[in-house]
Amino acid sequence: MTAKKAGNQDSFLSRLLHHQLLIPIAALLLLTIFNLIADPSFFQITMGHNSDGNPVLSGYLISIIDYGSELAILAIGMTLVTAASGGQDISVGAGIAIAGSVLLRVLCGTNSRPETLQTPVFVAFIVCCIVAMIFGAFNGALVAFFRIQPMVATLILFTAGRSIAAWINNNELPIISEKSFTYFGGYLPGIPIPTPFFIALLCFAITWAVLKFTNLGLYVQAVGINEKTSRLNGLNPELIKFSVYILLGLCVAVCGLIKVSRLSTINYSVIAKDIEMDAILAVALGGNALSGGKFNMGASILGAYVIQFLTTTLYKFNVQSDALSAYKAVVVILLVVLSAPVFRQKISALFRKLRTGSAAA
Amino acid sequence: MANSVSKRGGLSGRLRRMTDTNLLMSITIIVFILMYLGAIIFLKSGFLKPQTLFNIMNANAALIILSCGMTLVMITGGIDISVGGVAGLVTMCCAVYLDYHGGNVFVSLLIALGIGLAFGLIQGYLVAYLEIQPFIVTLAGMFFARGMTTIVHTNPFNVQHEGFVKLKDTRIEIPFLGSVNKHGVFVPAYIEIGVVVALLIVAVLFIFLKWGKTGRSFYAVGGNRQSALMLGINVRRVTFLSHLLCGLLAGIGGFVYFMHVGSGSATHASGAEMNAIASSIIGGTMLTGGVGNIIGTLFGVMSLALIQTIVSSVGLDQAWWTGITIAGMLCLFLIVQSIIIARRKKTNTASAQR
Repeated sequence: MTAKKAGNQDSFLSRLLHHQLLIPIAALLLLTIFNLIADPSFFQITMGHNSDGNPVLSGYLISIIDYGSELAILAIGMTLVTAASGGQDISVGAGIAIAGSVLLRVLCGTNSRPETLQTPVFVAFIVCCIVAMIFGAFNGALVAFFRIQPMVATLILFTAGRSIAAWINNNELPIISEKSFTYFGGYLPGIPIPTPFFIALLCFAITWAVLKFTNLGLYVQAVGINEKTSRLNGLNPELIKFSVYILLGLCVAVCGLIKVSRLSTINYSVIAKDIEMDAILAVALGGNALSGGKFNMGASILGAYVIQFLTTTLYKFNVQSDALSAYKAVVVILLVVLSAPVFRQKISALFRKLRTGSAAA
Repeated sequence: MANSVSKRGGLSGRLRRMTDTNLLMSITIIVFILMYLGAIIFLKSGFLKPQTLFNIMNANAALIILSCGMTLVMITGGIDISVGGVAGLVTMCCAVYLDYHGGNVFVSLLIALGIGLAFGLIQGYLVAYLEIQPFIVTLAGMFFARGMTTIVHTNPFNVQHEGFVKLKDTRIEIPFLGSVNKHGVFVPAYIEIGVVVALLIVAVLFIFLKWGKTGRSFYAVGGNRQSALMLGINVRRVTFLSHLLCGLLAGIGGFVYFMHVGSGSATHASGAEMNAIASSIIGGTMLTGGVGNIIGTLFGVMSLALIQTIVSSVGLDQAWWTGITIAGMLCLFLIVQSIIIARRKKTNTASAQR
């Protein structure tokens, strides 16, 4: 009787411990408790008015859902890429710089300080999407057809990307004075919640629908788990890997729109700096294997917001933005060590030893 | 099979008998010589002077050392992208130690080696014994090093320390080489200490990889981990050793870089990891491991530096061209490698079946 009960308890505990959402939720709880103890004013949300007289909410929590949104959008694409190719795309930051540069170039035309927009935002966004998808296709082709390791293949754009972005605009920094362009990264008139959050929600809905009603998720996981088996089952692994990188390109374009819209201008060397690290971190925090295979999209998205939570917390304690990466690197190392199979085996062996030791005693 | 190949003889037979390592290395050396000849013929200005070549070496001594470490890791099938970050951290730590704490040069060299060793030890342990993907570990290492650099000191500054400045300005003149300047005075060609260090490291590593027992096991591990294990090689220890050496070389490279620039800055050696990887690949090291050569890496660095010199002397001196040319060259060599290896595999299996 007691043995059965213990067994039940064990299975419940182990199920809880092995659930994918455990890590991001635990991290979120930890951060929340830490902030509650350190300074409860972290959770304060105030209603104010911005320079246009629109009502806006402000506070650390709002800034988390604001700035976490583009990260979450990137995490969608990064999760797919990780699952299918067993590697990560480290050129997303440079890709955002290119996408933003193209967007501004199309909007401004030849003049870098236009009074009015030369083309509608919608058209510019389509062009920017196409360019970002072409760069995604370049990465995808190197990975899928030339069989180069994903991180090394994307290293090419990682270095060249910001140079290309500067070259697209002749190293000028176009500034857009049109008010309506700032809506995408700021606030819509009359709505107090930042627009990036709505864009992110839209992306989540589309992703959910795609994963629910098409076989994309299944195929991606199949290719990630075993490429040969998936080929024998009639899939085309190269095509799936290739298309996943193009999808990531689309996510990069959306992020580029939000990033550029926030500032109405661009700084090639600073825009979306280190975002590739955050995106990989979000995927890892979501409990997805970085070596490919199964994935959980919801966990990645939650992971992205938790990362932003961490960043905001660090900022609040006056950590310089350049030094942030050192702290995050420590978090990454801890996460990958904790999720390493070898480490888990060692720990469980240790526990077993302890248990048998106590039973013998 | 070997008989049939040697009977056919000729160039194609000789090419086929060449190992992958030698083939890829010879391509690089030929490309380098052709580029230099092209530069001499089309852009006469200065490429004939020996000092131009030595200047390229002076500016890239640190990169040669970093690339050697990278090659070691890549031969075992791993990768280390933290070398640039570690080099940057080393310059900043040494600069702060020399100028703000009045230290001496020898201790600062020890600091450089210590930082490199620490990174090598931790990353090596995580990669070899906890079996975490090397890319993730060293990516975190890179970000950690970059972040720490800003924590150590934020603003760039020049080092005024006397002993160090003397060391930095030491020039080794090369006898019988040099050029006559406008005033008709003979100016001897010179190299910096860093170049000597770099060439020494290249020589030692070449012997180590070519004839050392441990060096040969690097290739075995990179070629096929399973077979290496069956041959009785301690695969984990070799992987660990490669990362340890790479970290140590990153420390030395950082100090050589520091001797060249003589200042501390958070942006020092930024993108060096990319250049090191690119040089190794151009020098014929395969990303999949098991193939590579230190001499090839040396020529890889020189080719990369030469193409940058050519690009800037043609007049494309805007900052973005450097990034684009390096990436373009890397991309080209990666694709060439991938195609060559695929074709060789096909012909090898075809001749094996015959």
